[in-house]
Amino acid sequence: MLDQVKGFSVTLRHLFRKPVTQQYPEYKRPVYPRFRGRHQLHRHDNGLEKCVGCSLCAAACPSDCIRVVAAENTPANRVSAGERYARIYEINMARCIFCGYCELACPFDAITLGNDFELSEISREALVYTKDMLLDKPIRRTPSKSVELFDEPVQEMERVLGMYEIVTATDPEGVPDDPEIGGLW
Amino acid sequence: MVDGPWITIIKGFVMVNLLMLFFAIMTWVERRLIGRFQVRLGPNRVGPAGLLQPIADLGKLLRKQSMVPDGARPRLYLLAPFVSLFCAIGAFGLMPFGGVATVPGTDIQFHLYMADSNVALLFVAAMGSLGFYGLLVGGWASGSKYSLLGGMRAIAQLVSYEVAFTLAVIGVVIHAGSLSFITITEAQEHWVWYIVPQFLGFLVFMVAAVAESNRPPFDLTEADGEVVAGYHTEYGGMRFAMFANAEFINAITLSALAAVLFLAGPEGPWLPGPIWMLLKIGFFLFIFIWLRATVPRVRFDQLMSVGWKLLLPLATLNLLVTAFFVVYG
Repeated sequence: MLDQVKGFSVTLRHLFRKPVTQQYPEYKRPVYPRFRGRHQLHRHDNGLEKCVGCSLCAAACPSDCIRVVAAENTPANRVSAGERYARIYEINMARCIFCGYCELACPFDAITLGNDFELSEISREALVYTKDMLLDKPIRRTPSKSVELFDEPVQEMERVLGMYEIVTATDPEGVPDDPEIGGLW
Repeated sequence: MVDGPWITIIKGFVMVNLLMLFFAIMTWVERRLIGRFQVRLGPNRVGPAGLLQPIADLGKLLRKQSMVPDGARPRLYLLAPFVSLFCAIGAFGLMPFGGVATVPGTDIQFHLYMADSNVALLFVAAMGSLGFYGLLVGGWASGSKYSLLGGMRAIAQLVSYEVAFTLAVIGVVIHAGSLSFITITEAQEHWVWYIVPQFLGFLVFMVAAVAESNRPPFDLTEADGEVVAGYHTEYGGMRFAMFANAEFINAITLSALAAVLFLAGPEGPWLPGPIWMLLKIGFFLFIFIWLRATVPRVRFDQLMSVGWKLLLPLATLNLLVTAFFVVYG
């Protein structure tokens, strides 16, 4: 009988705690720097594309979502630094599983995975990203934690845990006060 | 009818609509409270603090396609939710909300209850039980095994808890000497709230009431881990909403019944009757929600053994002791 009373007091105490909810669209929890999100294609400093159209990324892709059609560079139309360039480079984000194998397979670091994960669209066609979209500077919408936190060799377990800012019920730091949302309770 | 037909019709109309409004607000309150019990926020997007969430839900449910599954008995399938909702609203009808009130600006006086029936308690119990036909018929007519099991469970649960429920209530009836809610509340005002002399009966009543209203931890009729959604597995859109509506209104009715039988209903100092009644209903609904947030669902054999082996003997004991003290005390 005493146990039942104890149980009810536990739930009653929880009723008066501050919720640990993070209000997502208003507050975006930073992802860690190696988070694999939307892809980016890169250029050399002189403006030439790094991608040479070798299709190794497409070969490595387990979900077969990359389509590369290569063409020869000509002196009049020099797009990439190599012999050939990617005339068509498409990634179907509806199929992509964000495994990062394309990044590993690429011999020129031409494709990397960024941090953006808010990729929803209302049609499937809109999810096919073309080369222009992938070459563009990504719209930086996703905050990410500082790379310095992760670049040093880690010595102690405590430091590892400290990096991740564990939000618990007893430590509601990081839960933003939003006057508009949830103000009543 | 204590006020003549016209005022009674208007009162009935107002009462049903207020009940629906109260139901809508209570669904929001329940979801917010459950959220806070689980250290999260609950619905807070639609309108200020999420208050328009019930309207958004209503809009969504109204727009859903109305369909009858293959293998269902169409007429009964379509009828069942109406039976449930009709009985749920009907059972609430006799709840007293105070004495005589005056329409502002006129001399027209009316009573804050629909009728002073001398079998009000019996009527509420009867309507509550009739409502279960909606569950059984709906479960059977859906043509699905899960629905049928849910409906059967509902009836089995009703049969085992109705007995303890009624016996617990009879203690109050012996004290008041009447089945009329008006007489029962007045008797409590003149003596003492029945929660004091009838505390054992009150406990039995509360447990049986949770089982009667099919709310957690006794919501075996719609235990999603076992029978998907029980009797309303095959229902969607507004028909599902009517079942949910009926179920919640049953919880409100049982809260009101607890308030009338054990806490003297609308009687109380300083505040007017309807406010007291609402406060007491709210108190019992909070207990219902608190229970839901705390206790896990029981197994069916546990449900049966609690009903027959614990509540029924306790209620009988309570009845005998009450009768003894009323006759010889």
